[in-house]
Amino acid sequence: MNLWGWILLACAVSVATKFAGYLVPAKLLDNPRMLRVAGSLTIGLLAALTAVNAFASGQQLVVDARVVALLAAAVALRLRAPFLAVVAVGALAAGVARLLGAA
Amino acid sequence: MVILQSPAVRIALSVAIATGLYGLSFGALSVAAGLDLLQTMALSLLLFSGGSQFAFIGVIAGGGSGLSAMSAAALLGIRNGVYGMQINVLLRPARWRKLPAAHLTIDESVATATGQTDPDEQRRGFWAAGIGVFVLWNLFTLVGALAGNAMGDPARWGLDGAAVAAFLGLLWPRIRTREPAAIAVVCAVVTLIAVPLVPAGVPILIAAVVAAALGLAGLGPATEGLEPDVEPYPSGPARGGA
Repeated sequence: MNLWGWILLACAVSVATKFAGYLVPAKLLDNPRMLRVAGSLTIGLLAALTAVNAFASGQQLVVDARVVALLAAAVALRLRAPFLAVVAVGALAAGVARLLGAA
Repeated sequence: MVILQSPAVRIALSVAIATGLYGLSFGALSVAAGLDLLQTMALSLLLFSGGSQFAFIGVIAGGGSGLSAMSAAALLGIRNGVYGMQINVLLRPARWRKLPAAHLTIDESVATATGQTDPDEQRRGFWAAGIGVFVLWNLFTLVGALAGNAMGDPARWGLDGAAVAAFLGLLWPRIRTREPAAIAVVCAVVTLIAVPLVPAGVPILIAAVVAAALGLAGLGPATEGLEPDVEPYPSGPARGGA
């Protein structure tokens, strides 16, 4: 399947997931184990995506300008910067690190 | 206008502006990841869930397959199903409204609604935030994608650094206490160990399996990680700051 196919499938799955929540009985909400799994999945996936985008280059692990972006973003978040400012800080940090000679 | 006197609607509008603006970064990063303008807009219009959209393009940008990208987006979207259950109980939408309500069920609309106590305000907050974010998110995705197309080589502008910052920014509000932070660290380490061993995109799915197992084992408080990634009510007593 080409990229368009996967995009449309991802959209269909997203809508179906949201809609499913409106169809199931509220009793399911009382299941703490299910809520835990949904919560830890969200955290685990976002952590994995952060790690891959910071350190992976294809199937290799590399340390390059993106590490500087990761650290700068952490500082910005610590200082309670809004999301868009954090993203801009990340871009700026990686750009400056490259200007200074980082890979 | 009477509707603007509703506290929930005013909160919803500020949430919609803040969230809509970061559609700029999604649009720019999506075209940097190799999606074209229409594909980028399809994700914002039809998938419409920031975390899952970033996950999809994050996997593609890393060289992962469409299947891995779709799977990561689907797994990250599971929390929207949980939100759907909550909103269904809270607002009891009429049958014909369930589909539009479902499509607008995202972190921001749920956070705005559940932060109110009056049922009418909850309803206004949900719809105002949902529709507001939908309109502005798509508008700014378009602007970001057009700008991204004009920028050319993403590495030159530090856009790969922007992606790293975006994911950390989505993760950050969910790891305020020790146990969720531990889940995040374990999953990040597992991911990095897996990167050289399996095709691109798959390490993220391995981390998802580990995260689900940790959740099944009962690690962490019941709703940890399900807090929406915005704080419409920053002074609320329920939330401790970092």
